[in-house]
Amino acid sequence: MGKYLAFFRLRFSMGLQYRAAAVAGIVTQFFWGAMELLAFRAFYDADPAAFPMAFQATASYVWMQQAFLALFGAWFFENEIFQSIRDGSVAYELCRPTDLYAMWFARSAANRVSRAVLRCVPILLVAAFLPAPYGMTLPASPAALLWWLVTMALAVTVTVGYNMLVYFITFFTVSPNGVRIVAVSLVELLQGAIIPLPFFPDGLRQVLELLPFAAMQNVPLRAWSGDLAGGALYAAAGLQVFWALVLVGGGWLLSQKAVKKTVVQGG
Amino acid sequence: MKLYGKYLSIHIRSMMQYKASFFLTALGQFLTSFNVFLGVFFLFQRFHSVAGFSYQEVLLCFGIMLLEFSLAEAFARGFDTFPTMLANGEFDRILVRPRNEIFQVLASKVEFTRLGRVLQAVVMFVYGIAASHIQWDFYKILTVVFMLLGGSLVFTGIFLIYAAISFFTLEGLEFMNVLTDGAREYGKYPVSVYGKRVLQFCTFVVPYALIQYYPLLYLLGRSENPLYIVLPLIAGVFLLPCWLLWRLGVRHYKSTGS
Repeated sequence: MGKYLAFFRLRFSMGLQYRAAAVAGIVTQFFWGAMELLAFRAFYDADPAAFPMAFQATASYVWMQQAFLALFGAWFFENEIFQSIRDGSVAYELCRPTDLYAMWFARSAANRVSRAVLRCVPILLVAAFLPAPYGMTLPASPAALLWWLVTMALAVTVTVGYNMLVYFITFFTVSPNGVRIVAVSLVELLQGAIIPLPFFPDGLRQVLELLPFAAMQNVPLRAWSGDLAGGALYAAAGLQVFWALVLVGGGWLLSQKAVKKTVVQGG
Repeated sequence: MKLYGKYLSIHIRSMMQYKASFFLTALGQFLTSFNVFLGVFFLFQRFHSVAGFSYQEVLLCFGIMLLEFSLAEAFARGFDTFPTMLANGEFDRILVRPRNEIFQVLASKVEFTRLGRVLQAVVMFVYGIAASHIQWDFYKILTVVFMLLGGSLVFTGIFLIYAAISFFTLEGLEFMNVLTDGAREYGKYPVSVYGKRVLQFCTFVVPYALIQYYPLLYLLGRSENPLYIVLPLIAGVFLLPCWLLWRLGVRHYKSTGS
């Protein structure tokens, strides 16, 4: 366990080095969040009764989505890993006395967390000072805050678990591009990155909420504002645990298979 | 022009060497913007209009904007990747050749993978036209042509600014994404949806509204103002300050030496 924590720490402090990029990212994300909210406002004005969440809850959702973009961004794969699988330098990694899956998992998680840590505070702070329905609020209750923390950790586990699955699938395909494109666009829509899941039409929405994609940002971002509470929240968190186990377990099994299949050609 | 044709054919031939990669990238482009479309589609299942615009009208707007952007991106992609060109010294080679440097940067890269997005833009555009009951006449067709022309020019201008700024910073600025990708993303709704301030900004600072909102009003018969027909062309004037900034950048340019 200790060595994986060390990997995590190493990657984490590496990620913290890119401060200029973080500043640029913060400004960009702030604009995106603002535009997103203005558009939602127009829809709200068009028909307040059809709006499926409280407007305030939507605002908190959008700001957190921008602040934690690096945690949940679907396209945020590590090219280094794809590259090493493709050009065979993964063989070096296999020489180490570590489990490949656990090592990459620690590293991916660290990359996401370090980026998010740099970026989230300024965005959330500024958003907190915006006027009432547009700003970011405090959590609905102390319990909501607690649930937010728990579901956030689970959501990151599910997201990284999904990424790992994609990495190991590319052991079996020649080029990672195809798998990657499909994987990214699926997650983007179905995890609620384009529109939050409550905005999907009824029927479709109930199905989507059972999928692993809903166990990503959808749960913590709605738990914060109390939009997801009570029985629905417990069920969603339960599903998160389930999907985390399935994705990590499945990914690990696949990794064993992939490594067994790998033939190092030498040279 | 003949030289550009030559460049174009080189790009096509080199692209066709990697057919699978080409189609996959095009597919990726298509899926990304198709997701955005699905977002709009699902929202309109729930709401029937936004700021007075119907689903069909929004799709028409989205289609035109996406088409304007994709055209500009396909042909002015050289400016988009310009920071790399500066960093690896490619630009020095361009400067010593006896041709205009803007022309050479333009010709250095043509991105056909944007076809995936163009395809989708065309489909939405056609559907929007068919479904939004426009009474067509000569002036309206002219408006559409001007919109596409002016829109591509404005986006080319923004790519040009992006490239010009990298003369000073030597790397791309993520912030510029707000003006390019942001405009593509949020240009799916008529600018007025975002409120008065954004509309003012998009009229007087960066002329998005001139290539999208105002001519759209004319197209949909919401306004009879004949000025709106030529507004997209007037927006093309935006290229001038962009070009000046570029000139300034070229004069400022010092090779990185690599």
